[in-house]
Amino acid sequence: MRMRQAVLKALDDAMAADGNVVLMGEDIGEAGGAFKCTEGLIGKFGRDRVIDTPISEMGFMGAAVGAAICGLKPVVEMMFIEFAGVALDQLTTEAATMRYLSRGRLTVPMVMRASAGAGQGFACQHSQMLDHWFRGTPGLKVCVPSGARTAYGLLRSAIDDPDPVIVLEPRILYGEREEFDGDPAYRIALGSAEVARMGRDVTLVTAGAMLRVALAAAEQTNADVEVIDLLSLAPWDRKTVAASAARTGRLITLEEAPAGTGWGGEVVAAVTSDAFGSLKAAPHRITLPDAPIPYSGALEKRYLPDPEYVAAQIDALVSSGRAPAAWWKEAS
Amino acid sequence: MTLANFNAPVARREALESRREQLVRMMEIRAVEDRIQRLYSEGEIRGSTHLANGQEAVAVGIARVTRPDDVVTCTYRGHGHALALGATPLQVIAEICGREAGAAGGVGGSMHLMEPSVGLLPTFAIVGAGLPVACGAALAARTRGTDNIAIAIFGDGSTNIGAFHESMNFAAIRKLPMLFVCENNLYGEYTRIDKSTPVSDLAVRAASYAMPSAIVDGQDIDAVADAVAQAVARARSGGGPTFIEMKTYRYSGHSRSDPATYRPAGELAEWQKRDPIDILAARLASEGTIAAGEAADLRAATAAAVEEATKDALASAHPSQDAILSHVTGASPGEDNRWNFWSKSTSSGRPTATPTSATR
Repeated sequence: MRMRQAVLKALDDAMAADGNVVLMGEDIGEAGGAFKCTEGLIGKFGRDRVIDTPISEMGFMGAAVGAAICGLKPVVEMMFIEFAGVALDQLTTEAATMRYLSRGRLTVPMVMRASAGAGQGFACQHSQMLDHWFRGTPGLKVCVPSGARTAYGLLRSAIDDPDPVIVLEPRILYGEREEFDGDPAYRIALGSAEVARMGRDVTLVTAGAMLRVALAAAEQTNADVEVIDLLSLAPWDRKTVAASAARTGRLITLEEAPAGTGWGGEVVAAVTSDAFGSLKAAPHRITLPDAPIPYSGALEKRYLPDPEYVAAQIDALVSSGRAPAAWWKEAS
Repeated sequence: MTLANFNAPVARREALESRREQLVRMMEIRAVEDRIQRLYSEGEIRGSTHLANGQEAVAVGIARVTRPDDVVTCTYRGHGHALALGATPLQVIAEICGREAGAAGGVGGSMHLMEPSVGLLPTFAIVGAGLPVACGAALAARTRGTDNIAIAIFGDGSTNIGAFHESMNFAAIRKLPMLFVCENNLYGEYTRIDKSTPVSDLAVRAASYAMPSAIVDGQDIDAVADAVAQAVARARSGGGPTFIEMKTYRYSGHSRSDPATYRPAGELAEWQKRDPIDILAARLASEGTIAAGEAADLRAATAAAVEEATKDALASAHPSQDAILSHVTGASPGEDNRWNFWSKSTSSGRPTATPTSATR
């Protein structure tokens, strides 16, 4: 099934299983969602559970927080993750601290799922991942699926979770197909990564839409690459990554994020501490440049890491033991 | 003779059926605010505090006509509301002093008082943040088929922030069972309303959301209670939200460091002539509910009780370091992941704990 269908099925199954699950967002009812992830749900569950909101992100995000405190399990759809900017207070200041300030007497079992990421020419205000807005806030959890199966498993776990969870769905993957039987019991525990490909020479840690790039790059290199799909960015699976890096002796992160904000900074720091004695080379991060995402197809193609670029970076690290320069450093 | 009879928050709330207890509660709020001011100068209080002396009638008036299972969101000027709704003086004073006996065990402080057993969510330290949350509580009440309502309490300063307008619009189109109660005390932080806001009656803003509204003398508890009771009845019966503007005044500056020198000379004295406690005390004396001269005795007894609570608060321990890591997420050490109020009966199952969650 396509990732979009997996998201829809996860919402459908969760709503059928628990009458407290409600959906909120712009154009999710009659219109079925901007990316058709809620198509048909309003007919099945009605207007009180599939709530079309005004274009008022702060308002409906806060309403989701309040509804979650009071016993519902709201799943908010944020059409583009950038739109959460005008609603950030409700997630990072209110939802994130409710359990703490109430000493566990109140919890906020809500989910915000958002389309995110680059590659389709939506330009700089509709193409970011922005996970760093959330994973730096204690009290919030953040995950990123990489296809239909993980979209289903993570979203069901997010809805089950007693705390606010942000699910960043790579928009570019909505139409992509993956073998998945849609078992309603299927879950992926938040905070656990998957080894997507076994290898002996280097550990390549990635997430979201970059998984496809990582797997393709692994086929093109001379090295035997182990690819880890992080899946959750907060909390993240330090144990799995550190164990892999200790085994292969090399660590590379492939992040769809500007260097200054990517999750790889934390992953590299932690794994270096955990596995320093086993590392044969300095850890290396493959990121986006610290610049807005360009519109032009030619520019966006250059801006995003592709398999050829990633493979060359891997080969350079493995053969020389030194971290290669990023393309924008080479060019300057 | 007064406070000692009602130690539990719910009992304190229910006690407000008594007119005499309403007066005592207003006196208690005043005494606590005065004591907080002194505790600050005694070095027992960190950060900031925002006093609401002068606004007692609004707090007690709302509390007397709403139920403990209604949800209240309130601003950081919330000491009075917490006490009115039922939190005890010990809970409030100890929290503001950062002690274990505090409402939030000392992790929240002045701006984050809470008592869920009487509906009070942790008070919101971001202007306007509580309004959307109240909408959600009202939405949950209706979706779950209960007759609970939500009450958003906020200041005049909030009515210029986006969250206010988004919430008013959302509540109106969904006909949510809730109240928007604006305490218009004329000042948003250090700025007078006429310098920040082009209208002086904020209730006119409700009209653009086709929402019924009222302007109320916030210094008269009976006027407050009447207006709130009408709005509560409308909300509980499916009639949708109401906006109520309480005309009131804070005797203190914005926060503990603000001497409020920006106020016109004589303005404070004018408002103090219509002190909400004096108004109710005179009315109860003329009705015969209290004896002539009894108000002074009640005031003295209340102040003594607050002094007792202060002693207990200062005798309470500083929180242990366990408090730092507890209740961050469901995976925090010792977390019990209990489900929320209103949800226990109908939730089809408890949430799945994350694999890393520990149990004590």
